[in-house]
Amino acid sequence: MYVAVKGGERAINNAHRLLAEKRRGDRDVAEIETSQIEQQLSLSVTRVMAEGSLYDRDLAALAIKQGRGDLIEAIFLMRAYRTTLPRFAFSKPVKTAEMDIARRISATFKDLPGGQILGPTFDYTHRLLDFTLMANGEEPATAHTADHPVDETMPRVLDDLLNYEGLIQDEPNPTNDDAPVADLTREAVKFPADRDLRLQNLARGDEGFVLALGYSTQRGYANSHAFVGEIRYGSVAVEIEPEELGFAIDIGDIELTECETVNKFKGSKTKLPQFTRGYGLVFGQNERKSISMALVDRAMRAREMGEQVMGPAQDEEFVMEHSDNVQATGFVEHIKLPHYVDFQGELELVRRMRAEVLERLAKADAADAKNARSQPEAAE
Amino acid sequence: MTAQPAPQSGSDQGSNINPATQARQRWMAVLARTDHAILEQEWQNHFADVQWSHLREPQIGMVMVRGRAGGAGQRFNLGEMTVTRCAITLSDGTVGHAYVKGRDRIQAQYAALFDAIMQRDDAASDFIETLANRQAEAKRENARKVAATKVDFFTLVRGEDE
Repeated sequence: MYVAVKGGERAINNAHRLLAEKRRGDRDVAEIETSQIEQQLSLSVTRVMAEGSLYDRDLAALAIKQGRGDLIEAIFLMRAYRTTLPRFAFSKPVKTAEMDIARRISATFKDLPGGQILGPTFDYTHRLLDFTLMANGEEPATAHTADHPVDETMPRVLDDLLNYEGLIQDEPNPTNDDAPVADLTREAVKFPADRDLRLQNLARGDEGFVLALGYSTQRGYANSHAFVGEIRYGSVAVEIEPEELGFAIDIGDIELTECETVNKFKGSKTKLPQFTRGYGLVFGQNERKSISMALVDRAMRAREMGEQVMGPAQDEEFVMEHSDNVQATGFVEHIKLPHYVDFQGELELVRRMRAEVLERLAKADAADAKNARSQPEAAE
Repeated sequence: MTAQPAPQSGSDQGSNINPATQARQRWMAVLARTDHAILEQEWQNHFADVQWSHLREPQIGMVMVRGRAGGAGQRFNLGEMTVTRCAITLSDGTVGHAYVKGRDRIQAQYAALFDAIMQRDDAASDFIETLANRQAEAKRENARKVAATKVDFFTLVRGEDE
């Protein structure tokens, strides 16, 4: 129970003024512009958009600045902002097969049509601090430009390469587009949850939480040994079909990272052994999240695959109820807010219990003493 | 291991859209990717005396972006994006529409204006062509930078067959 407490108004105002001063920091240092955050801290921007569940680079940069770099605070700000906007439409499903590729790799096939495209990656860097980034005036390297662009279309490893031999399970219901799509922003989540709801939940879920669960599946808390069939990062066009137009229009590009995992399946009485799939799709460039999401997606398909649920990552209720960092931080952090009345009640309860115990002990002591007096003295 | 591509499966995009609509889809896509400063300047230079009014004032909202499990399976809601829309009417009654990514009201308004101009008499077709070429060139330039990061595998000869 919470009871309104008055009297903190001046302290709160001053706390917020102090916060503003701390946010600005030393005034001898140039103030950071949101466009600098948007350009130069782009992976923070990406994470805030993904978990804030709102693709808008400028807003994410603003939220990061306002939150002093606390990304969960920034995500909270994005979530709050999105509740103020009307929803115009649902897009047509994005065509990741037609992505303008900025990175595309496969861990299952070395030589594949379109090639292994590394793109802007931290992989193969030495993870040594680069002090040239600290020294002002160092010109950063510019990208090398090849004579020819990357292939315009690249086959998908799972659909076009593996599926050719029937070695991997087809995606269920590929053409059933009359079925409604679950939306956790509009309806309360109910269990058991279908895969559409699970994927939406994971896409906006906390990166650290999803990473840890993905890791747990690799360490044996689920039976889903995974290979990365393909990761692709790049931009895709978003299409909507407004009612007043009656045809689809392209409203611009967004960046996405997609990961498809290939997992073992031993087969059953009716099915030959074949590979199964896990799927991850995230706003922006975020490979770690997309791989983790694919691992957890596959783990949560345990029921569908007739597998025994033996780890937390396979338990959809556990995963989905704890993945949202805005909900989690709200509940965890709320216990720092005034609980004076609650606690007063607890205090009195504990005092009463202690008094009762002490009283009982005192009575018992008195009885012992009386008994001792009435007993004859033991022989010396 | 070398993998072979499967034959291309059919696209789910309907091919029964008439050419006029296809042309309109193309210029709307180009306008959605153009900064408002460029649109505004072109309008001031060549169309400043055109009479028009708002049918729907520029409005900021969202589109829920959808994906498909495995890229081809069951649909799901990925997350939202900000979008601005606007509709205008030219004095002859031609209606222009725009839905553009982001929160730029001015961009949405000019995109709707050029949509109407193009429907009326294609008067901005050279402008649209210039923008389309510029966008294609930027995309190609980027794809060349990406191509420079393509791995060229080579096999070391170990001499066992000698």
